[in-house]
Amino acid sequence: MAKVVAVTGNEAVANALRQVNPDVCAVYPITPQTEMMQRFSSFISNGKVKTEIILVESEHSSMSACVGASAAGGRVITATSSQGLALMWEVLYIASGLRLPIIMPVVNRALSAPLSIHGDHSDAMGARDTGWIQLWSENAQEAYDNAIQSFRIGEHMDIRLPAMVCMDGFIISHSIERIEYLEDNEVKDFVGEFKATYPLLDIEHPVSYGPLILPDYYMEFRKAQDEVESKVAGIVLEVAKDFEKLSGRKYGLFETYRLEDAEIGLVILNSAAGTSKDVVDEFRNKGIRAGLLKPRLYRPFPYREIGEALKHLKAVCVLDRADAFGSSFGPLYSDIASSLYHFPERPFLLNKIYGLGGRDYMPFHAEMVLNELVEITRTGHVKMPKEYIGVRE
Amino acid sequence: MKLKGWKEVAPGAVIDKAGSAAEFKTGSWRSFRPIWKEENCIQCLFCWIYCPDMSVKVKDGKRAEFDYDYCKGCGICALECPGKKGKKAIIMVEEGK
Repeated sequence: MAKVVAVTGNEAVANALRQVNPDVCAVYPITPQTEMMQRFSSFISNGKVKTEIILVESEHSSMSACVGASAAGGRVITATSSQGLALMWEVLYIASGLRLPIIMPVVNRALSAPLSIHGDHSDAMGARDTGWIQLWSENAQEAYDNAIQSFRIGEHMDIRLPAMVCMDGFIISHSIERIEYLEDNEVKDFVGEFKATYPLLDIEHPVSYGPLILPDYYMEFRKAQDEVESKVAGIVLEVAKDFEKLSGRKYGLFETYRLEDAEIGLVILNSAAGTSKDVVDEFRNKGIRAGLLKPRLYRPFPYREIGEALKHLKAVCVLDRADAFGSSFGPLYSDIASSLYHFPERPFLLNKIYGLGGRDYMPFHAEMVLNELVEITRTGHVKMPKEYIGVRE
Repeated sequence: MKLKGWKEVAPGAVIDKAGSAAEFKTGSWRSFRPIWKEENCIQCLFCWIYCPDMSVKVKDGKRAEFDYDYCKGCGICALECPGKKGKKAIIMVEEGK
C-alpha cells in the first residue's frame, strides 16, 4: 500500500535511501544537497537505518571513501551538488573504471565563478563523460523512484556501474510536493540483498584493485568499458518494468509527451519539462501539433531510441540548462544532434540556453520557443541556431 | 605470451589471484644495477630493511645475492649501506657498462 505524503525532494530521496538501508555513506555537506544528508543522518542517529556514516573533510575524500567501502564489498551511497561534484572529478572515473556500483543523488546547482547556490545543470553535465549512469528526474516523485531503481540498475551483475540520480536544486530539492512512498519492505524486496563482486574484505580470496595498466592492455579495458555502457539501457528498461508492477508508475529511457503525431517539439530535462508540458497543451488546444521529449537516462545516452522518437518532427528546440563553453552548443543539444544526424530526413534543430544559476523558466519562454518553431516550419529558415533566452541585453 | 583481447580482461582490472606480481618481472626497468661487495659487508641487513621491493635476499640470517628479476635499481640500498671503514658494500653501476 502506497503512503501519500507532502515532502521536499531532498526528504523524499533521503527516505528512499533509508528504505534501501545501505552499508556505508561517506558525505560532505553542500547546498542544496545538505538537507538530504541532514535528514539521512537523523535516520541514522534515531536508529531508523543501520548505515555507517563517514563524515569526511571534502568531496574528494567522500568519493574516495566510497570507492574504498565499495571495493571492500559494501552497498555505498553519497550525495552532492555543484562544487562538490567538481571536486570529486578524478575519483568519479576511478569509481566507474573499477566498476563499483556507488549510488549518488546529485542535486543540480550552478558552478562557480561567479558563485551561485541556485539550480542549473552545469554540475552533472560536467560529469557526463565519467562513465557514471545518469538518471534525471522531473519532480520529487521521479527522484524518489529513480533513487530506488538506481540501486537495481547500477548493481546489476551484467554492468556493475556507479549511478547519479539528478534533480533540480531548490525547485525540486526544497519544494514540498505530493509523493507516494512505497512500503519499507517493498523497497527492501525490490532492491534485494547486495551482492559484492571481488570484496576486499573476503580474506579467503585476496584481490587487488587499481593496478597499473600499461599500453599493451589499457585500450582493451577501455573497450570493455564501452561495451558495458551499451548494456545499460536494456537493464534500465527491465528494472522499470519491475518497478511499474510494484508502484504502477511507468518509466522508460525518456518520456514522450504528445510527440507521436507532433510537428514541432521541445527536448528538455528535469523540472522545466513540467512547465513546458502545460504550454504544449495550450498549443495543442490552438490546433498546433506540439510535443515534448524529456530524457531520463541521459548517460549512457540512448541515441538510437531518441533519434527514432524525434526524426519525424519538422522542427525541434533543445533547451539546455547549462552551456558547454567553447563547444558552440549546449551539451544536450550536441547529443540530440548526434542522434538525428544519421537520418536522411530530420527536423530543423535549434538550441536555447535557459535558467542558468536559478533564473526562472516561465511558460512564456516555452511559448516563445514553440512560436519560433512554428515560424521555422513555415519558412524553412533558422535565424539563430543557438541563443540564450531569459537574459537581459 | 599471447595477449588477451578486450572480451577476456577482468571487469574493473581487478586482480583476483594473490601473489601475481611475481609474474611481472620489473628488473628490466633498471638503468643502474646494484653490485654487492661481500668483502665490505658487515651483515647489518639495512639493505634488506630499506629495499622497497623484496630484491635483497637473505639466507640463514646472512646477506645473499640481489634478485635482479625485480630490482628496479632505485639505489636506496646503496645509499643506506654503512659499509666497512668508509668503503660501501653496495655500489651502483650503469647497466650496459
